Amino acid sequence: MSSAATAYYVPHSARWPIVGSIGLFIFFFGFASWLNDAFLGREMFFLGAAIIVFMMFGWFGDVAKESESGAYNSQVDTSFRLSMMWFIFSEVMFFAAFFGALFYARVFSGPWIGGVGGGGADMTNALLYEGFDYVWPTNGPGDVGGNFEQMGWFGLPLINTLLLLTSGVTCTLAHHAIRAGHRKPFILWLLATVTLGFIFVFLQAEEYMHAYSAMNLTMNSGIYGSTFYLLTGFHGFHVTMGAVILLVVMIRAIRNHFTAENHFAFEAAAWYWHFVDVVWLGLFIFVYLV
Amino acid sequence: MSTSDVTHHTPGEQHDHHDDHDHHGPAPGLMRWVTTTNHKDIGTLYLWFSLLMFFIGGAMALVIRAELFQPGIQIVDPMFFNSMTTLHAIVMIFGVVMPAFVGLANWMIPMMIGAPDMAMPRLNNWSFWIMPFAFTIMLSTLFMDSGGPAGGWTLYPPLVLQMGDSFAFVIFAIHFLGISSVMGAINIVATIFNMRAPGMTFMKMPMFVWTWLITAYLLIATLPVFAGAVTMLLTDRYFGTSFFSAAGGGDPVMFQHIFWFFGHPEVYILILPAFGIVSSIIPTFARKQLFGYDSMVYATASIAFLSFIVWAHHMFTTGMPLAGELFFMFSTMMISVPTGVKVFNWVATMWRGAMTFETPMLFSIGFVIMFTIGGLSGLMLAITPADIQYHDTYFVVAHFHYVLVPGAIYSLMAATYYWLPKWTGNMYDEKLGKMHFWISTIFVNVLFFPMHFVGLAGMPRRIPDYSLQFADWNMIATIGAFGFGFSQLMFVYIIVKCVKGGEKATDEVWEGARGLEWTVASPAPYHTFETAPVINPDTVTR
Ligand code: HEM
Ligand SMILES: [Cu+2]
Repeated sequence: MSSAATAYYVPHSARWPIVGSIGLFIFFFGFASWLNDAFLGREMFFLGAAIIVFMMFGWFGDVAKESESGAYNSQVDTSFRLSMMWFIFSEVMFFAAFFGALFYARVFSGPWIGGVGGGGADMTNALLYEGFDYVWPTNGPGDVGGNFEQMGWFGLPLINTLLLLTSGVTCTLAHHAIRAGHRKPFILWLLATVTLGFIFVFLQAEEYMHAYSAMNLTMNSGIYGSTFYLLTGFHGFHVTMGAVILLVVMIRAIRNHFTAENHFAFEAAAWYWHFVDVVWLGLFIFVYLV
Repeated sequence: MSTSDVTHHTPGEQHDHHDDHDHHGPAPGLMRWVTTTNHKDIGTLYLWFSLLMFFIGGAMALVIRAELFQPGIQIVDPMFFNSMTTLHAIVMIFGVVMPAFVGLANWMIPMMIGAPDMAMPRLNNWSFWIMPFAFTIMLSTLFMDSGGPAGGWTLYPPLVLQMGDSFAFVIFAIHFLGISSVMGAINIVATIFNMRAPGMTFMKMPMFVWTWLITAYLLIATLPVFAGAVTMLLTDRYFGTSFFSAAGGGDPVMFQHIFWFFGHPEVYILILPAFGIVSSIIPTFARKQLFGYDSMVYATASIAFLSFIVWAHHMFTTGMPLAGELFFMFSTMMISVPTGVKVFNWVATMWRGAMTFETPMLFSIGFVIMFTIGGLSGLMLAITPADIQYHDTYFVVAHFHYVLVPGAIYSLMAATYYWLPKWTGNMYDEKLGKMHFWISTIFVNVLFFPMHFVGLAGMPRRIPDYSLQFADWNMIATIGAFGFGFSQLMFVYIIVKCVKGGEKATDEVWEGARGLEWTVASPAPYHTFETAPVINPDTVTR
């Protein structure tokens, strides 16, 4: 990404971070209060969220302006790239915690309470959970949340898999277009990606509503419901974020912010999108299929 | 922010100064500290913040020790005692040691690698300015009806889920702090990868930079896992999930696995930068190069790698398949090998050196000796069958306090004395510094050494009362605690005195000091290395 600047860009002051801290403070304080039904909790939660959104627009807006005015040299660009890569790595590790919980419950602790495995698992089962046979999916010996149906892989999940995979392709096509300097196909492929992303989120919401209303599969459905909703829920949240980011990139593309050489905002969004895609594949296999 | 409002730095080539806007000093007024993007300002903020938190966490420790002065419930009620042990740990780990290391990273890494600033100066500001807000949430729980967190810093369910309404505040404060640390770590990785002056190759970097690079990696890899773990606690408590409830098919022990997958690398996050600090200081005062630089780098990397496969040594008594107990015993013992390499190298660096014993060197030598004591008790704890006796006793408390107080905290004090003249331009009061060292060292041992004895005799940790036979050593430990705590006021006095004035420091400060930070003026100018420095054998540490 060549640009006019020869010097490393060090801004002299930053006004957005403190706005972000105040926003997050109100958000977290509000959220915790809300969970306890405390006074003004919900209001603070939304106020905090609004401040955070405001901060993001302001901050990214400043960065975009500086970038377009050519204030950044290639070294700054590398910093952005490195930071984005490591940020995605941290996200991978966040999901790893939930996948870890899923594997641990399915491979270790589930069979143990069912009486299978060494170390006195049979006694544990006999004394504490007599009559409990472990089969996945389970809501445990306490039958927490009552009878539920397992979410199959056919139908919505399969459609969603195809949607996300396709969106990965359209995202790459958008990348090829901007690299060749073709703005119009770039915008159109972006539009396709964003649309597929939002359809995914919409269908995911459908699936949740169906699970709650017709299958009695809720967050309360033992370890199966817990892992199902937290994994797919955090993933869905990431898809939403990714789609919003790509939407912002698309609007910027329409306003002609990018060139064939300088379009890191798009690339970062695309990396993020592919990451979300890969997480979904893991989900599809381990949450839905097996 | 206007585009002319920047500092200039040209990698690789010398260029004429853009003198019209190149040499900004700090902006006037208090807002300077709120909006600053300067790595030195932010480093200073981090360091003052952690000093303040050191006294808050210290006061909590004194409440604990005062209660334990005599057997029986004496001063505070048990619930409050429990929140003191919990918050003391949280404050010391997340509010003192981690931010102090980040502060040092901010101040020193750009100067050590010849960079104009951190890679992401605005993000850097944010990383700091989250800290006070996050700790406001954390500590505000003490003033809520249900009191502060009292289930121990390890937050084990189901106990922790029985906490009152302030539970959610604790969880979100942890999320909040995690955001800060991950952003800070990303910034440090990007800085080290991308901002080194031409010629500052990886294997020429000072050890402090190396250890921080690896620490940052550990932070990015494990803090999100911790965030995930506390999120599961939150949903178990408020949203009906069953991650840690066997009734729903989950498992409370699962939390311990996830927590310690983060927790053990976390203890290395608390010590690797300390390794880097003493690896910088000992060569200076031994007037020799660091012995075995390459092996230091590889040892650090292996410690980081191994720290991911030892976590269940915290869970020997919780219950695990036998193969697991054995695996975690041997992998834990393996960590002692690279750790031993480091201790050997420090000693070998001093061997036949022309040593002098200024305060930073005293603290560093104290570190080497007393950290090793902690390492040896760690080795004892790693023996699974023996740990069944030691676990959850004061022996464990003695172990981790030896590695953390005369370990991590001593390295921070050593670093402060070592670099204060560079930061302020003034020498600190050497006589007082040495006094601070000796008084601290006597009291820290009076405080922590007896804990080995009561621990081996079976005194459990985290309990406000104890059986009579432990009374004598506990009384002694409490005396040590108050002595150590109050002697830290000397530390503040010495720092403030040095900031205010004193004998002017030279650029090099220490006769045997090598490295880029000693080539710039004392105090270091507001912006250093706007043009990349020349790297030659005289300006690198090796
Ligand atoms: C030679 C290397 C080390 C070994 C073999 C080792 C081993 C152990 C073992 C086996 C335990 C668990 C004891 C129990 O709960 O029964 C433990 C606890 C602990 N270690 Fe280490 N350790 C080492 C170095 C360190 C270092 C460098 C630090 C931090 C700077 C550290 C901090 C801790 C802490 C904080 C705990 C207690 C955690 C808690 O339960 O609250 N250790 N160590
Ligand atoms: Cu450990």
